[in-house]
Amino acid sequence: MGVITCRALVPGSAVGEALVTDVPFSFWGGYDHATGRITDVHHPLCGESAAGKVLCVPFTKGSSTTANVLLQAIKSGTAPVAIVTQEPDAFLALASIVADEMWGAPIPVVALDRVSFGRLQTGHRLRIEGGSVEI
Amino acid sequence: MSLRLSYRDEQMLQGAHGPAPQMAMRIVVRMAEVYGAPELMDIEAAHIDSTIYIGEAGLEFAERLASLGAKVSVPSTLNVSGLDEEHWMDWPVPEGWAEKAHRQMVAYRSMGTVQTWTCAPYQTEHRPKFGQQIAWGESNAISFANSVIGARTERYPDMLDICCAITGRVPKQGLHLEENRGGEVLVRLDRVPLALQESDEFYPVLGYLVGDLARDRIPVVIGLQHTPSEDQFKAFSAAVSTSGMVAMFHVVGHTPEAPTLEAALRGREPVESHEVGMEDLRAARRQLSTDEGGAVDMVLLGSPHFSLAEFEALVPLLKGRKKADDVRFLVTTSRFVRMALEHKGLLDELERFGTQLTVDTCPLATPMLPPDVRTLMTNSGKYAYYSPSLLGVRTVFGSTRDCVESAVSGRVTRDGSLWE
Repeated sequence: MGVITCRALVPGSAVGEALVTDVPFSFWGGYDHATGRITDVHHPLCGESAAGKVLCVPFTKGSSTTANVLLQAIKSGTAPVAIVTQEPDAFLALASIVADEMWGAPIPVVALDRVSFGRLQTGHRLRIEGGSVEI
Repeated sequence: MSLRLSYRDEQMLQGAHGPAPQMAMRIVVRMAEVYGAPELMDIEAAHIDSTIYIGEAGLEFAERLASLGAKVSVPSTLNVSGLDEEHWMDWPVPEGWAEKAHRQMVAYRSMGTVQTWTCAPYQTEHRPKFGQQIAWGESNAISFANSVIGARTERYPDMLDICCAITGRVPKQGLHLEENRGGEVLVRLDRVPLALQESDEFYPVLGYLVGDLARDRIPVVIGLQHTPSEDQFKAFSAAVSTSGMVAMFHVVGHTPEAPTLEAALRGREPVESHEVGMEDLRAARRQLSTDEGGAVDMVLLGSPHFSLAEFEALVPLLKGRKKADDVRFLVTTSRFVRMALEHKGLLDELERFGTQLTVDTCPLATPMLPPDVRTLMTNSGKYAYYSPSLLGVRTVFGSTRDCVESAVSGRVTRDGSLWE
């Protein structure tokens, strides 16, 4: 299906099934770090688990605590294996950088342009490798 | 673009200032690369949102910094914690939680911070000034500082805020720079009655709607005839940064960087324009409720933390009345506002009605909610949005007066006449 060039905010490699949404959400009040499920009742993916998947979300909205929730999910093993965004997202990058600093366990966080992001679909198998996303 | 560091930044990064500034600087530098900033710049103050207790991970981070001897290098206020330090035992907060949330408070306290424990730091004596460069966490506070005060902060996530406070440095980019502060999305109010504009209930709804339209861009609201009060701006800031990734907004004629539409847009064309009328506002108001009627178990006010002025407006509504026995009436605020209430003799009046106060935190940040609370009523856009997901309750949004009437009757009581 092709290889897309991306900007690796936090580089790394990961393989997983894509969970894609074009609706932004806040991890605080939107992501249960105990289970990896999306819990924002206002969000179309509410009830879906992102644990172990490649979460594709345009950007995060709302709370500054999003970073704290993602860090906890990484520690608890309930985080996505990688996150693909449409705009570079500092909140998600920061959580991964702190996970690297604390435990040497970052997850890849990469940003695509709008058109490339639009190609991603839930169920795609994605391979993230440094500056590329392979579908 | 490669990052240029000053001699002092380099020294800090090499560990010459000690291990805590070194760790903080490593994180700031990596984030500067994420942001694509050419260099770092100084800040004058910080507000630390990392204080909120989420779990072991954030606690471990705080205690790592504290054990390395971390101290902030600029005046740094603290956001809400995971615990009302003095009164948590009055609620069903598990002891294990309290112990860890308190350890996190102790860790941030040890760093030489100011013990504000509030999400409305702009309503303390540490309010920043126009043009000041600051590093603030907490979405509502970021919006308020940039937009209503004209101080300059990027939208900082938890943990980066404390790293900026320790190093005194931030990536030079984003909303710290004049060229990035212009409005992008125009929102024109169309025939919104003045009486509605004057009501407190209008601002969470307008904020929710504008944040949804703006997404990750800077909105410019035009057509507001009423000059919002400080607390109306607070309610707007909280809602706009909940429904969107909004760290700054302009309200033409009412916020300091928007004396005119041209000034708000910095002479550029908006990338998008929306007309907002009563139909849109009614729809946004509906979205803030997941329930419409029936019994109310708790009325919850104060996200962001209730100000003294808000209490002074609330007290006359409560005078000589009493809430229904099976309804809880809880207001969240800061310990300083609580102290001011005591000095002014307002606590008695609040207590006679049956009001409970929680300081330092709020039910979204500490597991204090009794399990029998299933329907919650609030005047806060932020409580209304997050409570169903974080607390698993049904939520009804209404005016402060509606909230008081509902607490007295025990049933959802709303006066929707301003919205017709």
